[in-house]
Amino acid sequence: MSAGHKPPLPARRALLAGGAAAALSVALAPGIRLIEIASGNEAPTLASSKVRWGMLIDATRCSADCDACVTACNQENHLPTAAAPTDPQWLRKVSLKDLKTGRSLSVPVMCQHCAKPACVDVCPTGASFKRADGIVLVDRHICIGCRYCMMACPYKARSFVHAPVTDQNPQVPRGKGCVEGCTLCVHRLDRGQLPACVEACPNQAMLFGDLNDPDSAISQRLRAIATTQARADLGLDTGVRYHGI
Amino acid sequence: MSGHDLKPADSSRFYALVGLGLLVLLAGLGAFHTMEEHGHIISGMNNQIVWGLPHVFAIFMIVAASGVLNVASIGSVFGKTIYKTRAPLSGLLCLALLGGGLMVLLLDLGRPDRIIVAATHYNFRSVFAWNVFLYSGMFAIVALYLWMLMERRMNRYVKPVGFVAFIWRLVLTTGTGSIFGFLVAREAYGSAMLAPMFIIMSFAWGLAVFNIVQSAMFAWNGMTLHPAILRRMKNLLGVFVAATAYFVATHHLTNLYFARQADFEYFILVDGGVYPLIFWLGYGVVGTVLPLLLIFHPALGTARAMTAASVSVLLGAFALLYVFIIGGQAWPLDIFPGYAASSRFGDGLIAAYTPSLPELLLGLGGMAAAFLITTVGVRILHFLPEDDLPQFDGGGSEPNLPAASHGA
Repeated sequence: MSAGHKPPLPARRALLAGGAAAALSVALAPGIRLIEIASGNEAPTLASSKVRWGMLIDATRCSADCDACVTACNQENHLPTAAAPTDPQWLRKVSLKDLKTGRSLSVPVMCQHCAKPACVDVCPTGASFKRADGIVLVDRHICIGCRYCMMACPYKARSFVHAPVTDQNPQVPRGKGCVEGCTLCVHRLDRGQLPACVEACPNQAMLFGDLNDPDSAISQRLRAIATTQARADLGLDTGVRYHGI
Repeated sequence: MSGHDLKPADSSRFYALVGLGLLVLLAGLGAFHTMEEHGHIISGMNNQIVWGLPHVFAIFMIVAASGVLNVASIGSVFGKTIYKTRAPLSGLLCLALLGGGLMVLLLDLGRPDRIIVAATHYNFRSVFAWNVFLYSGMFAIVALYLWMLMERRMNRYVKPVGFVAFIWRLVLTTGTGSIFGFLVAREAYGSAMLAPMFIIMSFAWGLAVFNIVQSAMFAWNGMTLHPAILRRMKNLLGVFVAATAYFVATHHLTNLYFARQADFEYFILVDGGVYPLIFWLGYGVVGTVLPLLLIFHPALGTARAMTAASVSVLLGAFALLYVFIIGGQAWPLDIFPGYAASSRFGDGLIAAYTPSLPELLLGLGGMAAAFLITTVGVRILHFLPEDDLPQFDGGGSEPNLPAASHGA
């Protein structure tokens, strides 16, 4: 800089800087606002493989004439009350009667969120997938509706959307021609809430938690009582366990 | 002869056939459109019977497509001359059936508009994804094979390309059988036997399709099949029909031996209403006993009897697949062994299924597509098997034609 050159006046500099900042704010603010909206109000958290979500269903506490879990599931996910074999049903109450002794019991059955899910293996496009935290989901964007996962699932846990869908929960997107099933209320879980069925159960027959955490209530309970997996013979390592069957 | 020599009467008959084929194809596409608009709610399928009548048609055509190429393989790979002259027709029928079968399979998807997704997203653990490659590869290899067969300059490559096609279709049908073979939880499926069973079924069904088309083409052209060729082809069909019955019987016997499978076997073979009826009457009598009688009874065994046997083999094929695919799904999943289950979602119940008109039309539409490809292909190119008849006279042994007359 030559000695004869005068530096710009500080006031002018401040004015220019202020104007630029204002212009930038006007230009960028809507974009930043959009990013904020897109990412939700909370900082995004990724599912961690350190966690494995699971559920313990206590058949000794589950009442045969209660279907609060089913109602809660249908309400939360905006599912119709299943009346026809073509209606979706993510969670259902199954009545069981021991063939030898006649002992009766009733349990909720849904996606068992297997560690080795048959539905994920057979899906041609990878739409059936397992999240890092063990939740088995369907990516509605790449499900082609072939229903091979429904053929493969040992639990009849998946439904095919046979008719156009109206009145959706925006957080639980559904669509005609795709396969769907229990998500363990992943949208609630990611907000720190329990699955709707667990919250609704009046008998505390459904215990939800992290199977990988030895100190979680579910892990402690699993250590304390005898539990079983549905079709344990298949070796799928289900995330849902049953007691009292 | 080929289309070039057709008389005007033949021409109008050709257009009538094409018109009929187009009509059925259009009905099938209309059914697809209706199902796409309303969803599968208008089909007979539900959350228990997830694969219905369209899959019976699709799997029949895909399995028969693989098997019909057997005729070409016997010629090209195993050097049997009478089959060499039949190789081009065999290749055309393979492409036609594969096209028809895949059409039905794709149009029955819940989201057929996402077909590009199936081509861009692969899960390589899925036997379905393997089949995407196997089916598209089959088209390419058989098209190449046809070129080698029909272009005189390329004839010398027929054997290696034919060999690749031979291996490819064995793998392809292994893949089709494994779609069911890999299902762990259902009593009807989940068996390594299904892959070889599907291969042997493909031999029988493919040869039956070939015989029917060949007899129609011969009748059209006022030709008769030489007795030596007739005898060979009908005996081969008989062997394939018997071998299929052997595999089906062994599969059921194995299941019967396992105590946990006994209830399902009782259902599908005895107590299951429409399914045992279709199995025994449709597959057992019409699809197995009748064709074997028509083929091997000393008083029969004529060209007409072989065509009739082929038709009954195909009827039996549909019966077997219907029982296998739909009856297999109708049986409820045993989620809690040792307990009788019931729910509002059909647990513990035999699922009901009534095929709907759109499903039937979609399946027939796929058959019409295969029919059209065959009819038009036969008209514009030289696919008619022409045997060098003097070579056959006076001997029942393998007729050896000079290499130059191979394949046209």
